Amino acid sequence: MDFSFLADYKGFFIRGTQITILLAFFAVLFGILIGIVLAMFKISSNKFLKGIASVYIEFIRGTPLLVQLFIIYYGLPYLGIEFPDFPLFGQNVGDFMAGVIAMSVNSGAYVAEIFRAGIQAVDKGQMEAARSLGMPYLMSMKKIILPQAFKNILPALGNEFIVVIKESAIVSIIGIHDLMYNADTVRGNTFKPFAPLIVAAVIYFVITFTLSKFVGLLEKRMDTE
Amino acid sequence: MNMIEINKLNKYFGDLHVLKDIDLKVKEGEVVSVIGPSGSGKSTLLRCLNRLEEPSSGDIIFEDISIMDDEQHDINELRQKMGMVFQQFNLFNHMNVMENITLAPIKLKKINKNEAKKIALDLLEKVGLLNKADAYPSQLSGGQKQRIAIARALAMSPDVMLFDEPTSALDPEMVGDVLEVMKNLAAEGMTMVIVTHEMSFARDVADRVVIMDAGNIIEEGNPKKIFNNPEHPRAKDFLSRVLNLF
Ligand SMILES: Nc1ncnc2c1ncn2[C@@H]1O[C@H](COP(=O)(O)OP(=O)(O)O)[C@@H](O)[C@H]1O
Ligand SMILES: [Mg+2]
Repeated sequence: MDFSFLADYKGFFIRGTQITILLAFFAVLFGILIGIVLAMFKISSNKFLKGIASVYIEFIRGTPLLVQLFIIYYGLPYLGIEFPDFPLFGQNVGDFMAGVIAMSVNSGAYVAEIFRAGIQAVDKGQMEAARSLGMPYLMSMKKIILPQAFKNILPALGNEFIVVIKESAIVSIIGIHDLMYNADTVRGNTFKPFAPLIVAAVIYFVITFTLSKFVGLLEKRMDTE
Repeated sequence: MNMIEINKLNKYFGDLHVLKDIDLKVKEGEVVSVIGPSGSGKSTLLRCLNRLEEPSSGDIIFEDISIMDDEQHDINELRQKMGMVFQQFNLFNHMNVMENITLAPIKLKKINKNEAKKIALDLLEKVGLLNKADAYPSQLSGGQKQRIAIARALAMSPDVMLFDEPTSALDPEMVGDVLEVMKNLAAEGMTMVIVTHEMSFARDVADRVVIMDAGNIIEEGNPKKIFNNPEHPRAKDFLSRVLNLF
């Protein structure tokens, strides 16, 4: 197979990789914020909040990411919420935002389950001891439960980051110049059906493999603590 | 003066009626031991006192204040005056002994760090573990954990201490150290409610013994009378079984 096109096109792959990582980073970041709130709702004793969180989580996990992406990309402007339309570093900011929002909304549901499981894995005696000393619920959560839950949560969040990087290829559909989109552009320009996609696949793999090794290390360190 | 007054307390878990019209008073400075068969509702009764368990009906008056009256009194502030010690210790695993003891005083009583540490060191000395200030719970034996847990509760300078089978999870050789600490507390005049299986402790240290059975208090009174001369048939039955173990 001939990879000589890389000489001319390597910039496409580099910029695409940057966009992919940036997108995944923001998606997980906002996903964590959404996820923490949902997890708190889910474990609260308030039936209404619990219900909201359950519906959100079930709905997001039960529908394709592509549908969610289109609902946000086409649906929000239809409802009068316009995305900005100007380029930054060669990437349309509005498209990028739509991608980040869709991915965060999606990831939030999964992160919520990660947090819920992590929190519920902490012995319930810890919360009782904190409350018995007179610490309010949120203080107990923040000072006692979450720091211990983090041990279980951190590696799982690393895995979620890996999943998001892979799934993010789908946002190329709305014109975000991520790794997938740029690889496809190179394929069109060079009339090579195969090699540019192989390059993209290898880059995705190197990123996710490195990350999963890192997560593995993290798990080991958390275990020995 | 009564420090705690329990009036017609009922507790249901779903359909299960766990506490049935419980009435009980605890005087200031009094040491009350609660004994009875497993599942009779001892822990639930104790946990209702600081509302770790929500009573279904009835009232609990603590220092002339109804702990059920959320409008007038913040339960978190009332809990600061009621220390609790658990069977499973429940030390904060991610904090060392010093942090375990000083966290609540610093956060809740707004005591400054140095003063909180000084109080903690005094308490560590009192429970005989001055050398463990920097240890983490995972480095301590069960008996040491429980003595730290007692120190942690005492650091809030509570008016009453609630103990739920504090020695049941301990190896036999550790039990003595913990009971010793509790004895000293009693001698200092601390008001204590102690759920326990340690009959000799109940007999020797308690001012009053309460026997529970199936959600009822079936007998209460001075330990000598209760242990030598129980009246209720179920109380006789229970005591003959546990005292035979000695
Ligand atoms: N959280 C709970 N949910 C349902 N049932 C409970 C709960 N806690 C205790 N029980 C039940 O209430 C009864 C009394 O329990 P408990 O107060 O723990 O008894 P004891 O401390 O005397 O052994 C038991 O039948 C127990 O199974
Ligand atoms: Mg019990």
